[in-house]
Amino acid sequence: MAAVKSHEEHAVIVETGHYALVLALALAIVQGLAPLVGAIRRDGELMAMAQPAAVMQFLLVAFSFGALTYSYVTSDFSVTNVFENSHSLKPLIYKISGVWGNHEGSMLLWVLILAAFGATVALFSRGMPDDLRALVLAVQSWIAAAFLLFVLLTSNPFARLDPAPIDGRDLNPLLQDPGLAIHPPLLYIGYVGFSITFSFALAALISGRIDAAWARYIRPWTLGAWVFLTLGIAMGSYWAYYTLGWGGFWFWDPVENASLLPWLAGTALLHSAAVMEKRDALKIWTIFLAILAFSLSLLGTFLVRSGVLTSVHSFASDPQRGIFILAILVFFIGGSLALFAFRASALKPGGIFAPVSREGALVLNNLLLTTSCATVFIGTLYPLALEAVTGEKISVGAPFFNLTFGPLFIPILLAMPIGQMLAWKRGDLLGAAQRLVLATALGVVGTLVLYALRGGDVVPAVLAGLAIYLTIGSFVEIAGRLSGAPSASAVLARALGLPRSAWGAAFAHAGVGLTLFGLAATGWGVERIVSVKPGEAVSAGPYEVVIMSIAPREGPNYNELVAHTQIREGGRVIAEIDPSRRSFTTRTMVRTEAGIVTLGLGQVYMNIADVRVDGAIDLRLYWKPYVALIWIGALVMALGGLLSMSDRRLRIGIAKRAAAHVQTAAAE
Amino acid sequence: MRFILALCLNLLPSLCFAVQPGEMLADPKLETRAREISAELRCLVCQNQSIDDSDAGLARDLRLLVRERLRAGDDDHQVRDFLVQRYGDFILLKPPFKTGTFLLWLLPFGVLLAGAGALVAFARSRHIQTAPATGLSEAEQARLKALLETEGTKPSL
Repeated sequence: MAAVKSHEEHAVIVETGHYALVLALALAIVQGLAPLVGAIRRDGELMAMAQPAAVMQFLLVAFSFGALTYSYVTSDFSVTNVFENSHSLKPLIYKISGVWGNHEGSMLLWVLILAAFGATVALFSRGMPDDLRALVLAVQSWIAAAFLLFVLLTSNPFARLDPAPIDGRDLNPLLQDPGLAIHPPLLYIGYVGFSITFSFALAALISGRIDAAWARYIRPWTLGAWVFLTLGIAMGSYWAYYTLGWGGFWFWDPVENASLLPWLAGTALLHSAAVMEKRDALKIWTIFLAILAFSLSLLGTFLVRSGVLTSVHSFASDPQRGIFILAILVFFIGGSLALFAFRASALKPGGIFAPVSREGALVLNNLLLTTSCATVFIGTLYPLALEAVTGEKISVGAPFFNLTFGPLFIPILLAMPIGQMLAWKRGDLLGAAQRLVLATALGVVGTLVLYALRGGDVVPAVLAGLAIYLTIGSFVEIAGRLSGAPSASAVLARALGLPRSAWGAAFAHAGVGLTLFGLAATGWGVERIVSVKPGEAVSAGPYEVVIMSIAPREGPNYNELVAHTQIREGGRVIAEIDPSRRSFTTRTMVRTEAGIVTLGLGQVYMNIADVRVDGAIDLRLYWKPYVALIWIGALVMALGGLLSMSDRRLRIGIAKRAAAHVQTAAAE
Repeated sequence: MRFILALCLNLLPSLCFAVQPGEMLADPKLETRAREISAELRCLVCQNQSIDDSDAGLARDLRLLVRERLRAGDDDHQVRDFLVQRYGDFILLKPPFKTGTFLLWLLPFGVLLAGAGALVAFARSRHIQTAPATGLSEAEQARLKALLETEGTKPSL
């Protein structure tokens, strides 16, 4: 009896979750139209509908998402999506993260984050002109409506099964990983965060007004999206690194490229918006980049979600979803670019500047970043286009990108510290170069020393030298501002007095340098592919690795074979790792679990295969010096972004609001 | 977002290992060449993984094939040509420069040149437009001075 009742309760929650999504769609359509009409007719009441609608839309989608999560947590297999992707024995964290470990759920997460951004704009934009806010929220709602429609018509996560199966099919074992809990949400927040800058760009085009204040409004959103995208990409790459068994972290896979494209465009946007904010220049270009960044996010969603990547033909054989996203893509990208072409000339160009100046450097940055973005775009889509046109199949992999993207990116890296050093309007190139002499010298010395010590190929040493120059050079500008202070406390006072955005730029640039050093150091890695018996020592760089025992172990929904292993340095045990092979019972799949230990900035990385008849075991063992810097660099970049976000001038709206609160409180 | 990769692996009945000790050639020079060649060959059933990295059974067969050809005395080009003959250009992670692909190789640099050209043209046009406005004539200077002086005496609205 109790079981029947709880079954009915489940059904109510699932159906209400579905219904909430339908309501959210209806509300999104209203929110897309009323404030727009209001902004055009200058009708305050219609415009004022935008804010409560955006908040309500978010609550409805959140309820719907909560209902799906509830079905997962309670293992309600009457929901097809839960049946196909979950299992009653699955650990709780994977029951929750499993919600977005599939197509339908991940699209629902996408919509949830989109609605959350809309609600955030609605709640934290009181300093903004009413019509701008109304237009932004209206555009945001068009996107929400399109994707809600997509979810409801083609990817309904609430489809039911009757009778409900006894147990589920379990989640793909490769996805049963903490990486799934963190990576997609971070990445989606980044992707979808650019929807706000997109909405701001369209609002500016519709109203025909754009100024430095506009650039200031979009800056925290751009920075926020960029920070999350940076973290999401880094997290994804680390997940691949420890999951795929041989320590690769970037494959130039179309799915990865799909996340790199908006990152490159977003990075360009950050920099051009800075010029616009300070100098009122590059307005039209900034609008274009804002459109581009989100268009590339949409393109990424299309590439990943439509199945077009596997093959042009598989796309055509199950066209419903693909065509739908393609339609969304064409509508928003085509529509926004048409609006851009039609209205951009109405925007007045702004301030002028000499070629050698901060603005000039940022223009160069934009040229090179957008070109590298175009290169990744071409490399990712060319094979699809070629196959569609001629039927010829080609592969575009790492060697292509190393030969094209690499040379385009190196000038960016070289120019980064120089650009920071140039003044606005008119800069002094020679002076900037002189101040970078120390950083350059350290880079050159670093190259020579590393080449002498490590030997081998010259490329890693040169890249590492470039990384040293870049990391140190990033702080030269700040060091210059601090030097000449009479005492240590005066230095500290000055350091705290500098704008946070200056610190942000320094850290973000230094982060790129750290990542580059980690990438360069992959050239000094050691790889051992050997077959050993327990007790035999294998050397990996400066360490000796010994398997102590090989034994089976039982997990919640898998069995594994564990090789308990010691890492020794000069005979002393300094670390222990447990690489294993897991067999997942429900999906009869085997997954290798690497044993990884971080020593200094490097990592010992080990994977095992099956035990052979003679008791020996095949293993892949790596010593990867400085490899942790790749991801530490990304964290430092994100920290730089956060520092910039906390800059005082971005909080002007908040300050105004605080003052208003004080006034109303006093009046009462 | 690595679902595609995950899917690729999921399609395979069992996971074996990328390069295994048993596959490796005794001659270290030959083995190094084999690894270098493998790194530029695509595992045909995977998403952009090289056969050197892939766990797929097909990748293993191809790795063995590469080593077999090397042992038979083929040079690197001959090994690649042999595989292209069998599997087409699809197997090369670095696409060849030919009719179907020259645009792929040239477009990135074309974009750079076009962008740089557009920038220069734009900067020139701006320069010409704005150049006359940069300086004030003597008469204008005098007028400005006069205006500033009167401005100082009464507050402007």
